Amino acid sequence: MIKAKHILGGIAALLVAGVALAAGADLGQAQKQDTNWTAITMFAIFVGITLWITKWAATKTKTAADFYTAGGGITGFQNGLAIAGDYMSAASFLGISGLVFASGFDGLIFSIGWLVGWPVITFLMAERLRNLGKFTFADVAGYRFDAGPIRTFAASGSLVVVAFYLIAQMVGAGQLIKLLFGLEYHYAVVLVGAIMMIYVLFGGMTATTWVQIIKAGMLLTGATFMALAVMFQFGFSPEAMFTKAVEVHSKHDAIMSPGTFITDPISAISVGIALMFGTAGLPHILMRFFTVPSAKEARKSVAWATTWIGYFYILTFIIGFGAITNLIPNPADYFVGGELAKGLKGGGNMAAVHLAKAVGGDMFMGFISAVAFATILAVVAGLTLSGASAVSHDLYASVWRHGNVDSATELRVSKITTVCLGIFAVLLGIVFEKQNVAFMVMLAFAVACSANFPVLFMSVLWKNCTTKGAVAGGTVGLIMSVALTIVSPAVWEASLGHPKGSAMFPYASPAIFSMTAAFLVIWIVSLLDKSTQAAKERALFPAQLVRSETGVGSSSASGH
Amino acid sequence: MKDEDIVERIQKNPKFVQFVRMRNNYSIILSVMMMIVYFGYIGLIAFDKSFLAIKISAGSVTSIGIPMGIGVLVFTIIITAIYVRRANTEFDAAKDEIVKEASK
Repeated sequence: MIKAKHILGGIAALLVAGVALAAGADLGQAQKQDTNWTAITMFAIFVGITLWITKWAATKTKTAADFYTAGGGITGFQNGLAIAGDYMSAASFLGISGLVFASGFDGLIFSIGWLVGWPVITFLMAERLRNLGKFTFADVAGYRFDAGPIRTFAASGSLVVVAFYLIAQMVGAGQLIKLLFGLEYHYAVVLVGAIMMIYVLFGGMTATTWVQIIKAGMLLTGATFMALAVMFQFGFSPEAMFTKAVEVHSKHDAIMSPGTFITDPISAISVGIALMFGTAGLPHILMRFFTVPSAKEARKSVAWATTWIGYFYILTFIIGFGAITNLIPNPADYFVGGELAKGLKGGGNMAAVHLAKAVGGDMFMGFISAVAFATILAVVAGLTLSGASAVSHDLYASVWRHGNVDSATELRVSKITTVCLGIFAVLLGIVFEKQNVAFMVMLAFAVACSANFPVLFMSVLWKNCTTKGAVAGGTVGLIMSVALTIVSPAVWEASLGHPKGSAMFPYASPAIFSMTAAFLVIWIVSLLDKSTQAAKERALFPAQLVRSETGVGSSSASGH
Repeated sequence: MKDEDIVERIQKNPKFVQFVRMRNNYSIILSVMMMIVYFGYIGLIAFDKSFLAIKISAGSVTSIGIPMGIGVLVFTIIITAIYVRRANTEFDAAKDEIVKEASK
């Protein structure tokens, strides 16, 4: 067994930096483990099955609409699973269970944050998106606004979010392959880039959707089995499980109450805002609402997605406690050098993987490792597809060619963009290998909630909103959320290595300021906008309202 | 009939205005409820950690914060389901009625 020394796991590092909540669960730097052939074989089977599905999907991907939205033929239930597959990342599975393993209660705070954005999407966005949009969320804002500026802005907002999210996923993939399969970092980056490109290029949204559905199914099944196995050990009594956990854990009763994660209320609320409203501004999530045939199915999608994701977070909580009660009493098997103080073999993120071995043996551990890695493929495919649609549909077809472009050309541009994004993702993965990218996902959420969400919200719900207002406010939100994140402790101190306490912006997330600023600027600039274009846009609002609320004239996605 | 004409008729229908107001109010009430529950829980963690550490009963290990946290997760799922159920039945029926009236 290779001596896996203490790993500067993302979570540990963040605790030191005191910004754990900001960064979300992260995979950090990892030491290469022994080559795990069971896991590699299972992963190869997964890839084989998904490539076979891609081959089938390719026969159904002929037009741009098929490519972007699977022809709108996905049902609400399928789409709900696919959204869950898009959203439940390796970081949330391994990271949150690892966090529960390390500090108990605090892991729960994370899971809650990642779930609460879904009702907001349901109540305010899902149906209106479906009714007004066709391929991208810019279609929604572009209904009555000047196509050039609004789509350029929306595409930039999407691409920035996609880029940050991609970096986090690619670096995560590189670290995970070392841990789970015992292979080199670079293998992972190239492998993920290549397989993802095959899915998206040939199978478009249909293949991506099925990859996400299969992954969600596997992850939920595996996690359910582990949680049941743990609960079975305690006769399905949480009290018995907690009693044992408190007895064996080095922090004892402290794992039953909130620890040091939230210290200042402004950070807590700001992070909460980023998670709650950011979810409603993530382009790869919003895009999924165009794959269903009607508003009714769009609503069903979110209801299912929320159910699966919430259920999954409850499972990760049980898995974390299961890891405490199963692994700590057997230090020889799971801890470095058999000593508790030296930490888990492979680091804190390995809690769920070790537990898989404890309750299901080597085969099951191989399965869980393969699932954890496959998870990244599904997320990356969804991200790339939404990035490609922003470039081909918004920038190329709508802005550059003013909509005078046939489906075949648009499809070709999407595919070229997919290849470019794939190469870009691989390069980013290599460039950021040694960096601490823990803040990237949170930054993506901050941008989504400060740039994309306010523009979408105001364009759909406020009649006086104009192009100038939306673009100005969105741009302010975008720049502010990125700038404030750079000078916050998570980047300034943890990533750029400046001394502790030197960060100009002391909070864990800029959202509370940048989102407020975006809304204010949209409001003020729109009110001041007296141009004829603005008058025209306001005059279009009543018709837009009818369409967004009733779906009259909405792109009937199915059966092109 | 063309979509534009239907849209124009719906726009003028007072029932539509009333329908939108009713449904938006419902959405906003549920959103505010969700925010109160979530930010309330986060607020407790930020301001009163000791409350969440109280045991659910004398002699037990489980603290009150754990069922509350799981409760927030379950609440999130349920409130979403409640909205979707009502929107997919009652609201959609009302909406279909309005569209049908305008399409005649």
